[in-house]
Amino acid sequence: MSTLVVLEQRGGKWNPMSFEALAAGKNIADSTGLELQAAVLGSNITALAGDVTGFGVHKVIAVDHPLLAQYTADGYTAALEQLIRAQQPKVVVFPHTYQVRDYAPKLSTRFERAFVSDVVGVKSEDGQAVFVRQLFQGKLNADLRASGEPQFLSVQAGAFRAAERASGEAEVESFSVRLEATQIRSKPEEPFREAQRSVDLAAADMIVSVGRGIKEKDNLPIVEELATVLGAELAASRPICDNGWLPMERQVGSSGQTVSPKVYFAVGISGAIQHLVGMKGSKTVVAINKDETAPIFETADYGAVGDLFEIVPALVEEIKKTKA
Amino acid sequence: MKIIVSVKQVPARDSALHIDSAGKWLDESELSYEMNEPDAYALEEALQLRDKLGGEVVVICAGPQRAAQTIREALAKGADRAIHVTLEEPGSRDALSTARLLAKAVQPESPELILTGLQSDDLGYGQTGVILAELLGYSHATIVMEVEPQGSNTVRVKRELEDGWFQNVVLPLPAVLTIQSGIKKLRYATLMGIKKAKTKEIKTVSPVGLDMQTAAATTTERVYLPQRAKQTQILTGNAKEIAHQLVEKLRFEARVI
Repeated sequence: MSTLVVLEQRGGKWNPMSFEALAAGKNIADSTGLELQAAVLGSNITALAGDVTGFGVHKVIAVDHPLLAQYTADGYTAALEQLIRAQQPKVVVFPHTYQVRDYAPKLSTRFERAFVSDVVGVKSEDGQAVFVRQLFQGKLNADLRASGEPQFLSVQAGAFRAAERASGEAEVESFSVRLEATQIRSKPEEPFREAQRSVDLAAADMIVSVGRGIKEKDNLPIVEELATVLGAELAASRPICDNGWLPMERQVGSSGQTVSPKVYFAVGISGAIQHLVGMKGSKTVVAINKDETAPIFETADYGAVGDLFEIVPALVEEIKKTKA
Repeated sequence: MKIIVSVKQVPARDSALHIDSAGKWLDESELSYEMNEPDAYALEEALQLRDKLGGEVVVICAGPQRAAQTIREALAKGADRAIHVTLEEPGSRDALSTARLLAKAVQPESPELILTGLQSDDLGYGQTGVILAELLGYSHATIVMEVEPQGSNTVRVKRELEDGWFQNVVLPLPAVLTIQSGIKKLRYATLMGIKKAKTKEIKTVSPVGLDMQTAAATTTERVYLPQRAKQTQILTGNAKEIAHQLVEKLRFEARVI
């Protein structure tokens, strides 16, 4: 009877979200009396698996196979299906990474179970696990129960504080999987990055970031002026860059840059999680949005509910006054 | 090439959300609805592929009667015909139980490609495409930026990975692709398109007709407003007053400007 946490590595490097998933798994294991196990998949990863033995786990399972050297949905699903059938965990926890999003629903479907993805909290009610998910891009929360076992869930970036080294040393156990090259239908090529970035938002002290609320490209000078008077870098949420209003390299969020300025102005940005993960390290966050239920206000230190087309120009005037 | 596009109708982006009296879902009577935006991009990709390669685009949508409006919108934009899986249930239904119905309805069509948005704006599971692929035995790729069919047996796609990385992957057909938003410019329905849509076929199927049990794989215990993680100071007044207070706070409290 165990809680199994599936850790993620690429090229022998841990995805740091793995340790947040481990913390969530530990939380579930502690409250239900289940044994905590961790698993890692790849090729030649037994030494890497040794990194985790001191993290309060009962054992670490290395699922090592040459066909797992590169991630494929078919390979990972087949390997984890075999592992889960052998170990029979009651709960399987993943970090909510792009990779997990690609294969975990396939895996859970094979067990005819729901995959409760992007969980932000776990509670226990009547001895059963209740999972907290966000709805409507963070505007509402829902408490869910999943039918049957095993229960599959992934945890949102930043929802759990990463697990740390604890006392004790667990064993690394190898689990051998049967995989044939013919089972793997997709042929992945080498990952690549597009043109070198010329803007390093990560180094910026001040960022003025703009979202859908700006409505049209022609309205951009309003926020550009704010950035200019502050001496801040201009950034944007994804839809603005998708529309080509600002270059992709100015995008903040999970598919863009991760920033941690002293002050971050979120102007007309609702604050979908994909954006929040890119800017939640900011020291001070100012949100200006007409929708008082926008999730950005959860993260903001200072919030102004109102029309950005009035507030931003007023702010520009006010800052000019202080600098005069 | 025969392409199925799976679209969902979701509450409009700016809807005011009111929790129902049971506290388990929303009061749907107060909502207006629209096509899930990521699905609109999947539809656009499908239409462009068809315009280039020929073939047919079939839209499938599971939802109550109101979803017919989203289906007509897809037809008006250029989809050739549609399948409406009628489902008189609240929008809280989980991805697995809905995908089971969609898979059953899609199966007899034997498409080469199934496209759908990478996630829905309401529940945000981001799973329907992947589950469909598993149930139908198709290959799949998620968060796709570019689709490049290679002959009649394979497709090469550009996937988005985290942190600015990308990867090309070659998949055998049939395949399910979940499409990233924003990759192509969305077309508007023309007047001619709207007129033509009225003559296009919408096949209606019900879970009973599909001979499917529709038991949910999750139960929603309650829906509620999230608690603020941070103490946010909300500034009030007119624009000028807000601006004044904000600059004071940033200078003397946060000391960041």
